Amino acid sequence: MAAYDVAVEERPTASSAAPVINDFSIQVATVNGSGSQTANLVLLRAIFQMGVPVSGKNLFPSNIAGLPTWFTIRANKKGYVARKKEIDVLVAMNPETAREDVLGLPAGAAVVYDAPLDLDSLRDDLVFYPVPFDALLAKVSRDVKLRRRVRNMLYDGVLSRLLGVDLDEMEAALRKQFGGKPKVVAINREALDVGCAYAEEHLDKRDPFFIEPMDANRGRILVEGNAAAAIGCMMAGVTVVTWYPITPSSSLCETLIDYLRKYRVDEETGKATFAVVQAEDEIAALGMALGGAWAGARSMTATSGPGVSLMGEFAGLGYYAEVPAVIFDIQRVGPSTGLPTRTAQGDVLSTAFLSHGDTRHPLLFPSSPEECYSMAMDAFDLAERFQTPVFVLSDLDLGMNTWMSAKFGYPSKPLDRGKVLDAEALEKIGRFGRYRDVDGDGIPWRSVPGTPAPAYFCRGSGHNEWGQYSERSDDYEKNVDRLARKFETARDWMPAPEVEIDRRATVGIIAYGTSHWAVVEGRDQLLEEADLQTSYYRLRAYPFRSGLASFVERHEHVYVVEQNRDAQLASLMRLELKAELAGRLRSVLHYAGVPIDARTITDDILIQEGYRAERSVAHGRMPHEAGVGGE
Amino acid sequence: MTSPARTTANSPANKKTNRAGLELPAYRGGKTTLCAGCGHNAISERIIDACFAMGIEPDRVIKLSGIGCSSKSPAYFLGSSHGFNAVHGRMPSVGTGALLANHELVAIGVSGDGDTGAIGIGQFVHLMRRNLPIVYVIEDNGCYGLTKGQFSPTADVGSTLKTGVVNDLPPIDTCALAIQLGATFVARSFSGDKKQLTAVLKAALAHRGTAMIDVLSPCVTFNDHEGSTKSYAYVKSHDDPLGELDFVPFFEDISVDYEPGAVQEVTMHDGSRLYLRKLDEAYDPTDRMHALRVLHETHDRGEFATGLIYVEPAAADFLTTLNLVDEPLASLPESRVRPPKAVLDEIMAGLG
Ligand SMILES: Cc1ncc(C[n+]2csc(CCOP(=O)(O)OP(=O)(O)O)c2C)c(N)n1
Ligand code: SF4
Ligand SMILES: [Mg+2]
Repeated sequence: MAAYDVAVEERPTASSAAPVINDFSIQVATVNGSGSQTANLVLLRAIFQMGVPVSGKNLFPSNIAGLPTWFTIRANKKGYVARKKEIDVLVAMNPETAREDVLGLPAGAAVVYDAPLDLDSLRDDLVFYPVPFDALLAKVSRDVKLRRRVRNMLYDGVLSRLLGVDLDEMEAALRKQFGGKPKVVAINREALDVGCAYAEEHLDKRDPFFIEPMDANRGRILVEGNAAAAIGCMMAGVTVVTWYPITPSSSLCETLIDYLRKYRVDEETGKATFAVVQAEDEIAALGMALGGAWAGARSMTATSGPGVSLMGEFAGLGYYAEVPAVIFDIQRVGPSTGLPTRTAQGDVLSTAFLSHGDTRHPLLFPSSPEECYSMAMDAFDLAERFQTPVFVLSDLDLGMNTWMSAKFGYPSKPLDRGKVLDAEALEKIGRFGRYRDVDGDGIPWRSVPGTPAPAYFCRGSGHNEWGQYSERSDDYEKNVDRLARKFETARDWMPAPEVEIDRRATVGIIAYGTSHWAVVEGRDQLLEEADLQTSYYRLRAYPFRSGLASFVERHEHVYVVEQNRDAQLASLMRLELKAELAGRLRSVLHYAGVPIDARTITDDILIQEGYRAERSVAHGRMPHEAGVGGE
Repeated sequence: MTSPARTTANSPANKKTNRAGLELPAYRGGKTTLCAGCGHNAISERIIDACFAMGIEPDRVIKLSGIGCSSKSPAYFLGSSHGFNAVHGRMPSVGTGALLANHELVAIGVSGDGDTGAIGIGQFVHLMRRNLPIVYVIEDNGCYGLTKGQFSPTADVGSTLKTGVVNDLPPIDTCALAIQLGATFVARSFSGDKKQLTAVLKAALAHRGTAMIDVLSPCVTFNDHEGSTKSYAYVKSHDDPLGELDFVPFFEDISVDYEPGAVQEVTMHDGSRLYLRKLDEAYDPTDRMHALRVLHETHDRGEFATGLIYVEPAAADFLTTLNLVDEPLASLPESRVRPPKAVLDEIMAGLG
């Protein structure tokens, strides 16, 4: 797979360029730990507030300070939010990567750069804007310490002038970030003004890129997937939260802790309606979550691949002893420590089958912050309904990047606590057998410690339907067959896919999670560039809904788009589809650590469908895709 | 030295029923499947005795364990209580979660020396740090019973397996480790010492915090031979009690007369009192440094200091530090755990 390709399109040179409005990408190349995040988010938010659809992707190293980082902001009037390969406006602040950053740009791009870097001699097909940042900084404030912190605000000021981003919207964004600190807002605003004034006086606009106000963002919010999931967990009534810090999942629990402290403390007593424990490792985190759920609490933990690996034995216990738990896996690049700050969808198989023996776990695949929110609630309901661990497979791109979203709706369904035995239920079922299939759906009734319902002994060793220790073959078979039946029942309880059938289409596309956004754009490209109609099945959960087979059946070829090397979801589907249907599956795979883009999908499908012999565009590799050098 | 003389004011008229209105058999469990004569069985009996004597309500008890012969034993006591037989070495985390869910539960954990000292040492360490309210019993036989007799990390240097293999590595003293980690109730006892073990268990049940008890519990099948320092005969002849323990539960109005100096009184969290009739006049179970010294000295002599080794009855337990609402989290209704629409609206406004 050409995973590192960068399209370098033929573009008119700057002088003859027609204006490009609300359809370009800005990339800021800095050093991490330099405080550029504030400037980048202010720029992103200002564009958002101007009503222009926008998305932001942060590419950062696994390091606290001193290594290169790239932040890409894409404004797109059509609402495309997937990563775009071509960079149109570069802000080059990092001396180490500046040369490569510039060499990777398509012709016609604009470069705002720190003047001493002398980048303008590198190419003659770009528009260069040198800015003497240090000299400008001296104008902002005499306070050296304060000054250093607002250095990056200067480029926001320059961009506001060059691109037409409203300074007042930038200030509003600053206020949003630094609400209670007027002094901080003021000095940042000063830096914006200084940058803007410099651009006005010294920089002649020669590039075609403009932001113009639109009205596309009414009722929308800007939010990270992890924050959205945290809100969902709080609204799901989570009471026990256990975790062990790991990128990219930490911010989920940290945000959740903030919200819980704010909104889930009893007003009268000042006491908490939740417990959060930072465990000693992920094994303990899941053990605590299971213990909490066994004793009747809504329990969760959040982690990433390495933590999932550690959780294996407990996940199997949860499956076999039938104890609920919600596990968020914010996927990052593996195997092993892998690329800890890069994104992937590489844990599909490891979570679906986590642990030894015949173990299977339900998975949810959110593709937007809205779904991080709603699926958090689904996950708790499903975990308790089916008395089993449920994984929510988000990823670094969704979890840690800032996304536009519709406002979240207040939940319309009450919490589903599942089959928990009370006096009335006990009367109905007669004699209590913890693992008896009373209702024919494979889901037994459970009792909770500390309630008057009869007790049972919860164990991961062999047991019969009465919950007694048993090594008998017939007890074992009966029990695991019931577990399989329970998993079947779960199928139709899982979030349904979003299906778009084009009756003329012979090509189908299946995608899940964050790959969705590149598919949306890719399908438009397929239509525009090759008149290729496609149907689309956005899968949202495992076990798959029964309609999956008929979607595949409708199409000659079905492309499963995913962000891993081994076609993990396609493999999972092949286990269930009849051989004839499984044979129709093809894969579009992207595993470069950066989020998948539409061009990858479009080119790959066109080649596999025989429309093109090879990729339509020249390939290069941006430094930010090559990643951080060194070890 | 004077023996604590008991004057009973109002002991229950019917000795057969306890404070909870239950008789002893209500505290029994399933029939044991452990080897006849296994120390673990004797410990189960003492747990039954102690829970009965303390009038513990079985439906408030959760029994927890890891994996091992020892970890099977919760099935053999308090048959009407909930139990959770977790994975090897990870019972502390399951117990932690369960108590977070419901802080009213009485948690009794049973582990082995392998379950705690080897695979579970990490969770053990953090359990001791957290001071979670749980009675944590290590049934210590110096070997892995269930996997047929390999050395465990509590085996002494020079101790031999049945096959003659000699252990060269120093043992982990779980009691010394626990004290160092900040544990607030640390005891060592012997499965064969009915009186001491029952008193220690009763005191442990009265403690609010982690009550860690290392009980020497001979494995009669794999580690009861000559050359083993965990055999019944060896332990019995090297048991060096720190004193005699008397436990007076808070609900019994018993006054104890003793000569000051010879007996130390410790008041437990729930108002129960412990009387330690000291053999070594200088021993003070509330002095951490002293406790550690005694453990090291007795170990160097090849003996086991038994009894209550260290206690800190007033330390804050983990659940208290979390400042939880009075009702168990598990039973909070939806209205108390799902914030109203106004909250969601406020959050959405902040993000818009
Ligand atoms: C992850 C894992 N590894 C290994 C085992 C095998 N195993 C079962 S019990 C045990 C040792 C138990 O020793 P101890 O805790 O001292 O209990 P005892 O049987 O001596 O009472 C081992 C290694 C297991 N169950 N799980
Ligand atoms: S093998 Fe040892 S520890 Fe296990 S039951 Fe038999 S005597 Fe007890
Ligand atoms: Mg052992």
